[in-house]
Amino acid sequence: MRDLFAVAMMFGIYSLLTAALFMDLDAADVAFTEAAVGAGVTTILLLSSLRLTGRWERRPKHSPLLPLLVVGVTGAALVYGTLDMPHLGDPQAPVHQHVAPHYIENAPQEMGIPNIVTAVLASYRGFDTLGETLVIFTAGLSVFLLLGSRAGGRPRPGKTAIGEQPVLRLVVKVLIPFILLFALYVQLHGEYGAGGGFQAGVIFATGMVLYDLVFGEGDARLVVPARWLPRLAAFGILVYGSVGLYALLHGRPFLDYTVLAEDPMVGRHLGILLVELGIGICVFAVVLSIFYALSGRRRQP
Amino acid sequence: MSNVSDLFNYWVVVFLMMAGFYVVIAQGNLIKKLIGLSLFQASVFIFYISLGFVEGGIAPILEEGVSNYANPLPHVLILTAIVVSVATTAVGLALAVRIHEAYGSIEEDDIQTLDLEADDPDEAPSDKPEDSPR
Repeated sequence: MRDLFAVAMMFGIYSLLTAALFMDLDAADVAFTEAAVGAGVTTILLLSSLRLTGRWERRPKHSPLLPLLVVGVTGAALVYGTLDMPHLGDPQAPVHQHVAPHYIENAPQEMGIPNIVTAVLASYRGFDTLGETLVIFTAGLSVFLLLGSRAGGRPRPGKTAIGEQPVLRLVVKVLIPFILLFALYVQLHGEYGAGGGFQAGVIFATGMVLYDLVFGEGDARLVVPARWLPRLAAFGILVYGSVGLYALLHGRPFLDYTVLAEDPMVGRHLGILLVELGIGICVFAVVLSIFYALSGRRRQP
Repeated sequence: MSNVSDLFNYWVVVFLMMAGFYVVIAQGNLIKKLIGLSLFQASVFIFYISLGFVEGGIAPILEEGVSNYANPLPHVLILTAIVVSVATTAVGLALAVRIHEAYGSIEEDDIQTLDLEADDPDEAPSDKPEDSPR
């Protein structure tokens, strides 16, 4: 396909289908994330950059034979490798033998929260997640450095990229409060059902992006100014890190939540809640600032 | 051959992965390459999640009277990986935008031609490459 717009839309549909597949494979949290990130944010970011770089792709000059050969050989080797793999859904597969049973058996007693994914994410593997959040923060910083946080000049309230769309405006006006409310629910309910900071941050940012797209370029910037966002992202990381440091100061290992309250169980709850809040703030700020940076830039001649 | 048909999830993953790989190495447009890379990434996500799947299990959110859950560990890894992937894709897109501003094109061949011209001391570096049509 030479039309990159169509490619971007197809990729969005592909992501949505992947999310459905994850749901079918019992990965509710992951399906949630993929639907919000893949189908929502990635498509918007792709379209924003297409606006800056041009919609049409040139016909390739090279013959596709050599790449096809490389791909074919690699694919055949990988398929040969799969012949020894455990079968789909086999409970005896090696992945299910080592750490996972420990989490499933002990998470209810140790953490007291029903969603094991959240327990592993925020507590058992808190270090990993801190690292991941830092990667997201760094990526946001790189986009800033490349594009500038306020590139494109002053916001132009009231001017939309899509023109006057009364129906769309009305629908979005009704929807946005629910989107934001739902994001807060996902944020705070992550311990009990599917959800958590990552999803909530992305959904909250999507609400703002929708507002910006339909109600005028720059209108969202009046609600959440672009200059807040880097500070907000850093604040999110700070919340996460200071929970860890607080434990260190009390002579316990980094990110040991039991120091947060008298009762270790309450401490763990509080710790997970705070950490998820930090993640949510950081992800929201980074996603929104990336959108601002890409959408605020004017196409240069 | 019921044994072999139980491996189809890996083959779907390999097919998607190779489709992404092909786009990355065969296409000249940088944004299309990034989409190919995301396709490749998504196939890895599917691979992990299909590893975590347990026949007859439910999503790893505790319920009374259920003892068979999907493996939560791949879910955690992939959940964070998805959000990281959007952030890194955004960095790639930002780079593509800057490359477009510097070279006037995001086609690999054009960029290489312009670079070779700039390296050639006899030829003055072309500061205004031809504008791509809107």
